Amino acid sequence: MKRIVFLIPVLLLSTYLLSQTTISGTITDHKKQPVAGASVTIKDSYDGATTDSLGRFSFTTFEKGTQTLVVTNIGFVSEEQTISLAGEAMTLNIEMKQKITELSAVVLSAGSFEASDRKRATAVLDPIDIVTTASANGEITGALKTLPGTQQVGEQEGLFVRGGTAAETKTFIDGTLVNNFFYSSVPNIAQFSRFSPFLFKGTVFSTGGYSALYGQALSSALILESIDLPERSSANVGLSVLSANAGLQHLAKNKKSSWGVNYSYTDLSLAFAVIKQRQDYSRVPRVHNFDANFRFKTSPTGMVKYYGYVSNNKLGFTVSSIDSLGYLDKFAIANTNIYHNLSWKENLHHRWKIHIGLSYSNNKDDINSGLQDQQKNDVVLTGLEFKNFGIKTKGNYFNARLVLEKKFKGLTALRFGTEYNYSKDHLVFTDYNGQPYTNNISENLNALFAESDIYVTNDLAIKTGLRAEYASLLKKYNLAPRLSLAYKLGKHTQASLAYGIFYQNPEKKYLPSPNMLDFMKATHYILQFQKVANQQSFRVEMFYKKYQHLVKTDATQNTQFAINNNGFGDAKGIEFFWRDKKTIKNLDYWISYSYLDTKRDFLNFPYAITPNFAAKHTASIVAKKFIEPIKLNLNIAYNFASGRPYYDIQYDGSQYKFTDRGTVPSYNNVSFALNYLPFIGKKNATVFPVYVLQVSNIFNFKQTYGYQYSYNGARKEAIVPTSRMFVFIGAFISFGTDRSDEVINNGL
Amino acid sequence: MKKYLLTLTTVLWLCAAFAQNDKYTNAMLPKIALLDSNNSVDEWKSLSNAFERIADAEKTKWEPYYYASFCMVTAGSRAMPTDGSMGDNTKISDPYADKAEQLLDKASALSKDNSEIYCVSKMIHSLRMRGNPMARYMTEGAKASEALEKAKKLNPYNPRVYILEGEDKYYTPEQYGGDKDEAKKLFEKAKDLFSIDKAITPTEPQWGQGLVWYFLSQYK
Repeated sequence: MKRIVFLIPVLLLSTYLLSQTTISGTITDHKKQPVAGASVTIKDSYDGATTDSLGRFSFTTFEKGTQTLVVTNIGFVSEEQTISLAGEAMTLNIEMKQKITELSAVVLSAGSFEASDRKRATAVLDPIDIVTTASANGEITGALKTLPGTQQVGEQEGLFVRGGTAAETKTFIDGTLVNNFFYSSVPNIAQFSRFSPFLFKGTVFSTGGYSALYGQALSSALILESIDLPERSSANVGLSVLSANAGLQHLAKNKKSSWGVNYSYTDLSLAFAVIKQRQDYSRVPRVHNFDANFRFKTSPTGMVKYYGYVSNNKLGFTVSSIDSLGYLDKFAIANTNIYHNLSWKENLHHRWKIHIGLSYSNNKDDINSGLQDQQKNDVVLTGLEFKNFGIKTKGNYFNARLVLEKKFKGLTALRFGTEYNYSKDHLVFTDYNGQPYTNNISENLNALFAESDIYVTNDLAIKTGLRAEYASLLKKYNLAPRLSLAYKLGKHTQASLAYGIFYQNPEKKYLPSPNMLDFMKATHYILQFQKVANQQSFRVEMFYKKYQHLVKTDATQNTQFAINNNGFGDAKGIEFFWRDKKTIKNLDYWISYSYLDTKRDFLNFPYAITPNFAAKHTASIVAKKFIEPIKLNLNIAYNFASGRPYYDIQYDGSQYKFTDRGTVPSYNNVSFALNYLPFIGKKNATVFPVYVLQVSNIFNFKQTYGYQYSYNGARKEAIVPTSRMFVFIGAFISFGTDRSDEVINNGL
Repeated sequence: MKKYLLTLTTVLWLCAAFAQNDKYTNAMLPKIALLDSNNSVDEWKSLSNAFERIADAEKTKWEPYYYASFCMVTAGSRAMPTDGSMGDNTKISDPYADKAEQLLDKASALSKDNSEIYCVSKMIHSLRMRGNPMARYMTEGAKASEALEKAKKLNPYNPRVYILEGEDKYYTPEQYGGDKDEAKKLFEKAKDLFSIDKAITPTEPQWGQGLVWYFLSQYK
């Protein structure tokens, strides 16, 4: 008996020892390469091991019977295997699949530049680059003009992409079209975009081959995503030689909602008093801008965002008249613009996502143009009566969009939805003797689209899309297929290609037309190679773009109107981009170069020529250096464009003919900006001042954008910048930390 | 003999029972003992994996998840390039930070308002910030200080709060607000707190003495 009692624990102990199992093996990936650092575990036990650099592991366990072996590692899909433990040593060789994530997967990058904090290969710019590029003047499109594919056009606002006109680039904010992205046009002076770059956290700039979710742009789409909830409540004030602004941004205590308001007043009197302008201003530009926003979380993943904007500006000036010596050409404009954007994003069940966007805008222009004598009295000259006129326009625009997205395994996704654009433009043209002519154009555009991202592996991705549109104005349908493909060549290199058909309605300024018109059409082919590694990115892109059904125009009484869609053209080229943040410490620079070969026959062109907005060679060098000890940020940018063509086209009674042609000198501009950020490094700083000094064209290069001709074609005059050089000085101060939070919260 | 046998049996039985209860502590302690050593990236990852195994098996204890997260974020810190570049290293920092955050979320679900957990949260945000300092200074940098403030508020006697604060002060260049003298005061404060800080259970966080010793030795 005693012995038995003694034996029980011994037996127990021995079985315990006997059932110990050694498990060893190797973990590899799908390419049979060892996976180091993977965790191999028996589920719900302490037992397991981590693989070594050769993917090997070995451990012992006291568990027995049927167990689950789990293998996990960062960047891989977890593997489970059922094993049976019986005390005999086992060897397991397990293959892990790489997780397809934004970080590891190939990126559909053909034709696309991105400025965002997302870690993707297309993100060649950081959001801050938009603001800190010297030649950008704190303007979104200014920074994009240092990227390949864009032109240095200074006499007119907008992005001229790969041989396309500015009207061929459309801008979208939170999914919906923006109808008046820039301030209303002023002859020979490029206007700024209306929206502050600080409103956006992400910018995707497509120079071609963009997604089926967007349409009505023959050349390019600029897709902006507004910021989410701010990190904290803050207040800001700014004062510069051009403007004064103040704003508040309030974040709720629970950090689930926020609201904000901003007001800015721009008055160029001071700047124009110091820097002589080519124009003689009777009314110096004055702009009032007011904007308001709110954002709230509808769930941990859902968010509603609203942004509203009201702007009013007036300006008036005279320049020596090109048509009549000794007289002045007068131009005056008053503009009011209202913009509202409301969007909702939410993750639904089963990996579905919904995104709804609505935007409404209203734009009013009151333009007054005419001849004046030297004493600035309005005069009407015989033969030049057409120079005296007034234009009043009223535009109402409504855009709506719904996108549903279903995510499948990895990054594979399906998106589909619908878009609706409504526009109503009312125009009254008053001629020199007060006779009004009205023109009303309303348009409804309906679109349906679907797109799928298919990630075959981490190395191969395909995006296919289809977009169908119906335009009520044209009473026509179109069907636009899109395709994009990316393949990873090596760890840091990838090749991509894109193809797509893009349609766009004829520009409203050439409507109505006496004839039935069709959509204008462009077909893009893009081939790209990209290498991104160690703080350096390089990309080279080749493209071919074919234009069909471009609008041809005729003119009566100096008004151009569309007559048919017989225009055509093409554009081809090669572009390079190189960015390096590594070679020189604290120096970040990029270089872009574009070669463009384009010809088109559109509007009143006698035959296909290179249009006056297309330079054959364009290049930019942008460099940024932060000098830590003195907290100074130095930015410099050099922009170059080879000479653009210029021409005068006259109607000789039977056909349009060139009466003069030539090439303007090449364009050179060096801009320089200094930002002093004294708060950097001060912990618990409550005030964040930024002092800015910016000089454009520091070397005082003579810049000629083109030539304009007198009505009879007898005189020509260079179109040049409003001043040779421009200097901007300003201070922008933001208040906001935990402490000032309280001050603000209590004060409200 | 009879008495002896009985005792032996009792001891053996007790051992078996005790082994069951103390299996957790026994598994944890040798790993916790490694936390103050200068491990390699792979060793930190392997330690993290080991803690995660215990955590997943136990399911109700916050400490192993906490340690797993701490080891993962430390592995990430050690994996970061040390060439002082201010560029984009998010491809290195973020996978570690994501994994560490996943683990820490599980810990904080089991133990709310825990000063220790906020300390690791601070470390995760700091790691993310280091991924791209220029772009993330305002966001992740702010979140890191916020987490550290919270940790201090929850337990002002937690020496690790002052080690992390001191570390920031120590490594930040002077023009960015770094201050080695102030850092020294913080390390000394941590050292004082270690001398009075008595952990209630052996598995509670105690790491940091090695770091304090290391930093203070740099001043000599």
